[in-house]
Amino acid sequence: MTRGRWGLMAALALSVVVPLGLDQYKLYVLSLTLVYVILAIGLNLTLGYAGQISLCHAAFMSFGSYAVAILGQHGVAFEIGLVVGVAVAFAWGLVLGFPALKVKHHYLAMVTLGFNIIVFLVLRNWESLTGGSFGISNVARPAWGPLSFKSDRAFYLYILAWAAVVVASAYWILTSRWGRAFRAIRENEMRAEVVGVSLRNYKLMAFAIGAAYAGMGGALFAPLLGYIDPGAYTLDRSIQFLMMVVLGGLGRFEGPFIGALVVTVLPEVLRGSEGLYLIIYALAVILMMLFMPKGLVGLWDLAWRSSRSRTSPSISSASPR
Amino acid sequence: MADFVQLSVAGVSIGAIYAMAAIGFVLLWQTSNTINFAQGEFVVLPAFAMVLFFVIFRLPFAAAMLATVLVSTLLLGWGVKQLLVTRLLRMGVLPLVIATIGLSLLIRYSLQQFWTPLALPFPAIFSRDPIRLGTIVVSLEEIGNIVFAAVVIGALQLFITRTKLGWAMQAVAQNRTLASVLGINVSRLVTITFMLNAALTAVAAILIAPVYLVKYDIGIGLGLKAFYAAIIGGFNQIRGALLGGLLVGVVETLSAAYISSHFRDAFALVILIAVLLLKPEGIWGVKEEWAS
Amino acid sequence: MALLEIENLTKHFFRLSALSRVSLSVEPGELLGVIGPNGSGKTTLFNCVTGVLRPSDGHVRFRGEDITGRTADTVYRRGIARTFQLIQLFPEMTVLENMLVAAQEKRGTLLSRLLRREEAETATRALVLLEFLGIAGLKESLASNLSYGQQKLLDFGMALMSDPQLILLDEPMAGVNPTMIKNLIGHILELNARGYTFVVIEHNMEVVMSLCRRIVVLSQGERIAEGTPAEIADNPLVLDAYFGR
Repeated sequence: MTRGRWGLMAALALSVVVPLGLDQYKLYVLSLTLVYVILAIGLNLTLGYAGQISLCHAAFMSFGSYAVAILGQHGVAFEIGLVVGVAVAFAWGLVLGFPALKVKHHYLAMVTLGFNIIVFLVLRNWESLTGGSFGISNVARPAWGPLSFKSDRAFYLYILAWAAVVVASAYWILTSRWGRAFRAIRENEMRAEVVGVSLRNYKLMAFAIGAAYAGMGGALFAPLLGYIDPGAYTLDRSIQFLMMVVLGGLGRFEGPFIGALVVTVLPEVLRGSEGLYLIIYALAVILMMLFMPKGLVGLWDLAWRSSRSRTSPSISSASPR
Repeated sequence: MADFVQLSVAGVSIGAIYAMAAIGFVLLWQTSNTINFAQGEFVVLPAFAMVLFFVIFRLPFAAAMLATVLVSTLLLGWGVKQLLVTRLLRMGVLPLVIATIGLSLLIRYSLQQFWTPLALPFPAIFSRDPIRLGTIVVSLEEIGNIVFAAVVIGALQLFITRTKLGWAMQAVAQNRTLASVLGINVSRLVTITFMLNAALTAVAAILIAPVYLVKYDIGIGLGLKAFYAAIIGGFNQIRGALLGGLLVGVVETLSAAYISSHFRDAFALVILIAVLLLKPEGIWGVKEEWAS
Repeated sequence: MALLEIENLTKHFFRLSALSRVSLSVEPGELLGVIGPNGSGKTTLFNCVTGVLRPSDGHVRFRGEDITGRTADTVYRRGIARTFQLIQLFPEMTVLENMLVAAQEKRGTLLSRLLRREEAETATRALVLLEFLGIAGLKESLASNLSYGQQKLLDFGMALMSDPQLILLDEPMAGVNPTMIKNLIGHILELNARGYTFVVIEHNMEVVMSLCRRIVVLSQGERIAEGTPAEIADNPLVLDAYFGR
């Protein structure tokens, strides 16, 4: 086994064992971070790899959350709710992909921003379905017959399992020729089309797949919190994911992990400083952008460069960078 | 009917203020590809400055106004441009966007923490006494706002279309590379645009302070309204932002009166969907064939 | 049957007429030259043929099929490849990755095993082409780190990846040193001998005259002359277009 593989095994083992010793609050923060990683991976695919601006990631997330919550109210199994949520998010991702074909970057930002506002307004007003401003409470955690994931520890492991699936699938996609096509679109859209990359298909896919991951994240988010309301899916939330992806490192595979960790854990770490923590956090964000505009993944690179051994490039052109 | 006209006037009055914030937003976007997520806070900060100069220091109104505009232009215009924008603009759109997000958080929570989390009352600039025009009753404040905003926006329009500097701004907005090849100092122009934006938001702040209350978190709603106005009206034209701002103000006021709170949102929603589906570049926006 | 038939191709940009009823045809196995002063519409012609721009009027037929106004990726899949006057590469990707992107997107199945095997074949083909062009050693370098001449070669290589029947070269010699020019001419001639058809836009008269057996001349969006190099050199219309009066 290569060093990379050992490292992965170790990381996986640690992520299973260590959190079980944490107190409830820390475990909650860690679970939330994992959910955000899933969401950030989705946005990183759409924005970081394919270069399509999406300011409505929270809207896609809400489809997953509400699917699970609403279907759960009718006794439907969690996994089915999750699949439905992911499917709905995927479908809407496709829909949002169409403007991406017609309009240029800044318009796309506005269109997706508008979509986020629209979805929020719908969630708030369609009271019979979504519970309106009050939202839905008592969102059930998954259970397989007698085996219940209700406890925080059990649900953490459940989330971890799904996260592993997401990470593996994202890795597979991004190291395939699809990943290469996405990056080509980001680098030089016109040339990509001229060498046979169908912009239409790939942009739609970038949106749809990114949205599907968001839906998955949303589906896991709902039972983690236990209740959901429209306020969790505003533009602010989409901006939060944007921050994660940019701070972590756009278009880099490690980016979402770093970004989700920083954006979720940093405020917690600073919480001790009373009311100042948001101010320090804001300053930190500004400074990070000034000094590391390509994302914190730059630090990660520095750390690895000294100890990295050159593995031979695989035929499918190595790491997704 | 009289009600409708009155409400419309009120709507235009507040809409004119939104328009100023929206116009500044559009100007920044046009000349420097900056999506300024801190635009709302760019209004809140001068509003607090106004409280400082007018209420606390008790300066005469004109002096306070001048001081506010100056402080805003210096800090939020020149300062932000030199410290943040110059460095980040080279790296593409997104790092700057994130930095403006950070900036908005910084301003908002610094005001909350270091000044006050409470709402500060602000005295009216124009009298709120009703004026009768036939069956219609409006207040001097509403008329005053409209006139003031019209003067400022009119002056801006003249500046852009009649002065050399204004033409330079238009050139940069249309094609930055070409403009710099023609000898225009693009960086200096971007600084001027930022200062213009700060001046606009300062004026908006002065007018809006008596209407809203001055509080650290009103920037969130204001910023959102500026975006909404720019999306709907058309964000590659100043008159698009103007239209958008006025529409937002009028729709907001009218729907508050005529539509029950249940459907108010739906109304805004329908307009947004209609614009995005039918004319995504905005009602008065212009389709761009090629990205520059 | 001609390989490429361009019929009355017209392109307006607002009030500017970039192409005006241009017609020409390209025979299989040909090496056609397109020349003309700056702004005569040569690149616009390429852009309209390859789907980068949509023509305002006129038709483009490739192997008998009407491809007017189709998207660029469709045109590519039909068998027309091109290079660019201003080099267009994927700067943050490696040379090999650049080549792999240009591998013709086949309608793939989702079986991962199948994809990986296709990957291996494509990579081999890319390496063979890179060897042919002499830049195989750079395969792991980022495209943006290459010298200008090397980038030109990569651009050329990408155009060859899909085994196209028609290759459009837009000023391949621009900014290239004389040794490299000879190099490129050699590659083009060798490929032409193997059966690839070329249309070349060039400003370098020596290159055009020696490379092409037939030349078409454009001026201000119109086709003003056609013939062998000797005929073109003597044509007063051509001289007028270039040097004015």
